[in-house]
Amino acid sequence: MLGDLSLKALPQSPVTAGGAILLVAGGLAVVALLFYFKRWGWLWREWLTSLDPKKIGVMYMVVATLMLLRGATDAAMIRLQQALASGNPGMLSPDLFQQVFTAHGTIMIFFVAMGFMFGLINLVLPLQLGARDVALPFANSVSFWLFAAGAALMNLSLVVGGEFAATGWLAYPPLSELRYSPGPGVDYWIWSLQIAGAGSLLAGINFLVTILKMRCPGMSLMKMPMFSWSVLGSMALVVFAFPILTATLGMLALDRLAGTHFFTADFGGNPMMYVNLIWAWGHPEVYILVLPAFGIFSEVVATFSRKRLFGYASMVWAIAAITFLSFIVWLHHFFTMGAGANVNAFFGIMTMVIAVPTGVKVFNWLFTMYRGRIRFDTPMLWFLGFVATFTVGGMAGVLLAIPAINFQIHNSLFLVAHFHTMIIGGVLFGFFAGITYWFPKIFGFKLNERIGRWAFWCWLVGFLAAFVPLYILGLMGATRRMDSYDSSLGWQGLFVVSAAGAAIIALGIALQLWQVAYSWWKRADNRDLTGDPWDGRTLEWSTSSPVPAYNFAVIPSVKQRDQFWEDKRHGLARAKLAHHAYRDIKLYKNSPLGLVIAGCAFLLGFSLIWHIWWLALIALAAVAAAIFWRSLDEDTERLVPAALVAKLEAARQGGRR
Amino acid sequence: MSGKLRVVLVILLAVLVLAALAVVLPGLNYAQLNPKGLVADKQRDLLITASLIMLLVLVPVYAMTAWIAWRYREGNKKAVYRPDWDRNRFIEGVWWAVPVVIIGVLSVITWQSSHQLDPFRQQADGRPLTVQVVALQWKWLFIYPEQGVAALNYLRLPLDRPLRFEITADAPMNSFWIPQLGGQIYAMPGMRSQLNLVASQPGKYPGRSANISGEGFSGMTFTAEVISQPDFNRWLSNAAAAGGGVLDWAAYQRLAEPSKNQPAALYSSVKGNLFDMIIAKYVAPPAAQHLNAMKTP
Repeated sequence: MLGDLSLKALPQSPVTAGGAILLVAGGLAVVALLFYFKRWGWLWREWLTSLDPKKIGVMYMVVATLMLLRGATDAAMIRLQQALASGNPGMLSPDLFQQVFTAHGTIMIFFVAMGFMFGLINLVLPLQLGARDVALPFANSVSFWLFAAGAALMNLSLVVGGEFAATGWLAYPPLSELRYSPGPGVDYWIWSLQIAGAGSLLAGINFLVTILKMRCPGMSLMKMPMFSWSVLGSMALVVFAFPILTATLGMLALDRLAGTHFFTADFGGNPMMYVNLIWAWGHPEVYILVLPAFGIFSEVVATFSRKRLFGYASMVWAIAAITFLSFIVWLHHFFTMGAGANVNAFFGIMTMVIAVPTGVKVFNWLFTMYRGRIRFDTPMLWFLGFVATFTVGGMAGVLLAIPAINFQIHNSLFLVAHFHTMIIGGVLFGFFAGITYWFPKIFGFKLNERIGRWAFWCWLVGFLAAFVPLYILGLMGATRRMDSYDSSLGWQGLFVVSAAGAAIIALGIALQLWQVAYSWWKRADNRDLTGDPWDGRTLEWSTSSPVPAYNFAVIPSVKQRDQFWEDKRHGLARAKLAHHAYRDIKLYKNSPLGLVIAGCAFLLGFSLIWHIWWLALIALAAVAAAIFWRSLDEDTERLVPAALVAKLEAARQGGRR
Repeated sequence: MSGKLRVVLVILLAVLVLAALAVVLPGLNYAQLNPKGLVADKQRDLLITASLIMLLVLVPVYAMTAWIAWRYREGNKKAVYRPDWDRNRFIEGVWWAVPVVIIGVLSVITWQSSHQLDPFRQQADGRPLTVQVVALQWKWLFIYPEQGVAALNYLRLPLDRPLRFEITADAPMNSFWIPQLGGQIYAMPGMRSQLNLVASQPGKYPGRSANISGEGFSGMTFTAEVISQPDFNRWLSNAAAAGGGVLDWAAYQRLAEPSKNQPAALYSSVKGNLFDMIIAKYVAPPAAQHLNAMKTP
């Protein structure tokens, strides 16, 4: 009846049990608070069933933040273990340690970085394009809920199953095959990623269509803000890369469920095929994350330098080049697998070629600042931190791209330090800049600058302290993923410094949470009444903060880049707002079906993990039924009458100075 | 705390950290920068050359960032402000061209070094010594096929002679790596990969698996000891006479059972073509069983 599920699935080790108790207690506390404050109806109407991309964006942010806390806890355990385990087993068993770093990698990439990215895109993209919504609002809700369901399923493995995959975040076979990993951990990993990955693919299609079809009148592609361009590149990559992930995980799942031999070492299977396929997705994934961060920096640098973005066309070509090249470099993740010299050299050179457009972008940002009037608000600090770290990480990346050198630093801590430089210094710093920058647009008040600065310095100093030692350790022959090492190697000191760095980063995260809480508490003092707190350049700053449900009372039209900046300069911005010929606005009604579909997908994943076949069939049928139901529903829109728009706008503009 | 005092404190702290680094860092043992073999030597040189070439970009970027950020800060009203200046063909041409040139140079280096240091390529003249490497759960088996000797978690190598490692695994994927002798190559079940090295200084060098392969992965370390050719010959003949265990298929299968942190051991005779049989296990499992049945007395 319940497949392989039994009481034995409950957590066995104290660490997992502790995590499970924390998760369950946290969940119960939220439920209790919702009952206590009688907020269920509000939650349901305003958030859970909403199709408004701004609401969906905020929900992405909330899930990503929670996952960041989980991923950071894992990181702390990794750093603590390695700081302790010099010539002794440390505090975690090898198996548990391997689960922890697998969880850390998987959660940080799929649920933190991707979550913040899709969150920011939801919040900003329609506004930048002068649109009222995304192209497919219901699909957007489904995307988010699939993402959330994936995150929930991944964390459920702590409570039911009591283990995470212990295979490393990309689960190379044959280690991830049944023979070597018989437990449910790898299945949880597969099905959470399948669910979240389906959501990502759907979101990718959605934003791609949004950019191509929903731009406001006059906004040709070459007049589009650079963040939107970067999203275009990134989403094109999502559309091409995520099906590869789905197919690859599907084959691994078949190996484990149906006894096929796609990737087993014996019976004609080929693990090397998996390694190729997973990186054919995995390398573009890096650029999926970093391109939007580049886009954010383009907006931030132009705004805070009070100057047009330098070399717009160059920037667009650089994005296009990176988008294309990112698909022909995947082999550099396994030069050590023994391909011939020609193959290795080709992929090495292609990898280095990516440094060209990336370098061009850095120079263009610097020349945007050149002859500007630069204000150093926190978004700009994140940018400078990015330049300082990312260039070094890029240099390490070029070293790794030369096959003959790669043989000596692959799978070492040098590699770990390199990709953390790219993901923290590039992606996360970019997203933090974006969050600080667009926060007032979404919530109507600015984040506290002083706490933000402290958080930034903690992150930067902590990052250096945590990862410079890892670069050094890599050159001392230290491999990644060691649960212990011989004390005669003399590695412990550097591991201790690295752990201290992780503690400083943790302080940075705590400050960021405090920053949000404090800014909300003091929101009356730092309210954004103008809708344009940074003297912005693009359309999102032309509407009020927080943005009304319909984004723009009148759809803007555009004649040039940075239209809003030009309007302000010529004194036209206010005139454009003082518009009285409002029309009725069509918006989408709420729908609970996104939540329902994802909930059934969650059940489907769960039942496949535990081999509860009848439940899998029911869940699959329910997903199909919900999609069918929605496609028959013709009553999906609601009207905001012109009179109401006029009233709302009058109230909003009354607040403007 | 006044602004100036804060700046002084930060600078002081930075100087202290740098001084501490300057004291500590040179004393560490950098395996890859302290090579004891021909290949590792060339890889080190390559690492340093490539790093220096890239500093040609890194240093100007750092300098430009600092200068521009300082010069064009909001408070500096003396600096030129040109909000509409957003393109210059010449300048943009320069920074498409400069990275192209640098990457061009690096590409040539990449192409040449990929061929020169191709793991499949013999790195010195002379008859190579073949060592067959088998990654097991969780230990390393080294077979000297020509000498009919095998060692567990311990590797003895002759000085200045081409070394040809044939690598496979009877376990999840591992990576065979002796940093001071040269770069790593994956060890994969059912596959035969190859690594050519030359040891150029006697000594004991740590080796390990660099790719996660399950619970005992961190314990998959071994020592590679480089000795002179006469010493090596003496060791081999002693090993054959020493009466260490016999490694036949049955003994191998017992050895291949998962175990952690196994001590080093020596087998004075290896029966049959063990390495090929291990690979054949995965290539055609039923046929291999047949083969084994015939070969095991």
